Amino acid sequence: MQETTVAMSRTESARRDADPSGPQGAAVDNAVSVRCVSKTFGSVEALKNLSLDFPRGELTSLLGPSGCGKTTLLKIIAGLLEPSSGRVEVGGEAVTGPGPDRAFVFQDFALLPWASVLRNVAFGLELRGMAKSEREAIAEKHICEVGLAGFEHSYPHQLSGGMRQRVGLARALAVDADVLLMDEPFSAVDEQTRRKFQEDLLDLVRNERKTFIFVTHSIEEAVYVSDQIAILLPRPSRVSEIIRPSGFRDKGADNLRRDPEYLDIVDSIWASLRSYVE
Amino acid sequence: MNRSLLLKLLSAAIVFGAWEIAGRVPVSYAFPTFLDSMTALFAMSIDGTLLRAYGETLRPLVAGIAISALLGIVIGLWIGLSEFCDWLFSPIFIVMQAAPLAALIPLLVMAYGIGLTSKVFVVCIMAMPVIVLNTASAVRNTPSSLKEMGRSFLGSDFDIVTRIILPSASPIIFSGLRLGISAGFIGAILAELKITPTGVGDIITYSRSIADYPSMYAAIFSIILLAVLFLNLLERLEGQLFAGNNRGYVSD
Ligand SMILES: Nc1ncnc2c1ncn2[C@@H]1O[C@H](COP(=O)(O)OP(=O)(O)O)[C@@H](O)[C@H]1O
Ligand SMILES: [Mg+2]
Repeated sequence: MQETTVAMSRTESARRDADPSGPQGAAVDNAVSVRCVSKTFGSVEALKNLSLDFPRGELTSLLGPSGCGKTTLLKIIAGLLEPSSGRVEVGGEAVTGPGPDRAFVFQDFALLPWASVLRNVAFGLELRGMAKSEREAIAEKHICEVGLAGFEHSYPHQLSGGMRQRVGLARALAVDADVLLMDEPFSAVDEQTRRKFQEDLLDLVRNERKTFIFVTHSIEEAVYVSDQIAILLPRPSRVSEIIRPSGFRDKGADNLRRDPEYLDIVDSIWASLRSYVE
Repeated sequence: MNRSLLLKLLSAAIVFGAWEIAGRVPVSYAFPTFLDSMTALFAMSIDGTLLRAYGETLRPLVAGIAISALLGIVIGLWIGLSEFCDWLFSPIFIVMQAAPLAALIPLLVMAYGIGLTSKVFVVCIMAMPVIVLNTASAVRNTPSSLKEMGRSFLGSDFDIVTRIILPSASPIIFSGLRLGISAGFIGAILAELKITPTGVGDIITYSRSIADYPSMYAAIFSIILLAVLFLNLLERLEGQLFAGNNRGYVSD
């Protein structure tokens, strides 16, 4: 039973790869689609002819060994990097730079050390020219939402790593973008905090009508939080398969990590990745 | 806060105590005691000599420091942001920082005479290079993830410079300002000793020529005191402007 789910998703992925702009793309509502994107840095080929769709309202993980171009792909989607060739569409429109429809959560948090939590969370709105009282009201709301009520006037260095990333997340939520781009957001926090984060992320995906693009190098994390997992492989960089874990979503946080399908998918991903790890 | 004040007072007491003892030994007949110097300082303050002297000295000093700080930060920012400006301007300031000032003074006097202009130039030559070079390197080393964050949240180039790059560079800019201003004080006195004796430089030259060493040291002491007060003021300003900066950084 579980086998079939995995097998089916692979067939689907093969079909999408063969014909990325085919009827499949029209049938599924894609918030973001990446079309034949290549990116070279000097002589380094970070991405080569990569195509991938991100269905609206779902969480898609980009999973792969380090150096395979996950961050590069995410920054191209964010409009922070220009692809050498190919195009990215967000909400049907070609990306030419950063836009209000996307918000970024950084691996190293990228908080302003001289600014309070409140100002950091409101910073995206500040850059958009929103009035102070208005943006601080919105920021307050998101600070509570990520569980940092009472820390509005603390400075980043007074917070733990996990709390800092909550600030980064609140800042991204505050600008109310359709697409959230997260680059290994939990890699700098400890394991316990990380598990809590993963559970919170599932709630967030369920409650907010947003599309999440989530970079991770952890197989378990990807399988745990994702609606769709794109496995990226280096040399040459490509999407090797797309997996849609579906059977265990409603089993509850506690049972999920013991679910046989969950474990099978983790195993099969490891099997395809292990040859790329020295 | 109180503790640091206490430490400052303590270190001052030790320095002044050592000065008093060295004056009493005496290490040299030309080295007055601390108390004699303070008496001379008091006398000069009362009769207005000091006030008049600072009226003279502060003009090139304040003008030079203001020019160096404003221009230095602007040029440093520019150098830090653009590779072309780096190529164009950096060598000038590196040479300026390395150049022996005493050798340049005759050239300055030849070009600009013995008036205020030359003295302002001396202060600027002393103060500006370190302000420019510090600002440039701090701007260049702004964490790229902060700049990317600014861009991804739709900040304009101007926003990114004023709200991210400058605040992030501010600790090093301020340390450049501190060094530059100290050098500027040295420059101001040097100008008065080497170009024309005016203001505090005049008190130093004159009291030495009549062997009134307490007055000479009093004048030197007063300029150091002024520099220290000024630097403390600057530190206070920095603390007010960027509260989170001097309490550590976000980095693990
Ligand atoms: N700015 C850059 N200049 C040169 N090479 C880069 C740059 N950014 C990334 N690369 C190279 O591109 C490849 C992919 O990098 P990256 O996207 O950061 O990988 P990942 O996030 O999957 O670890 C790596 O080989 C890296 O060395
Ligand atoms: Mg990366």
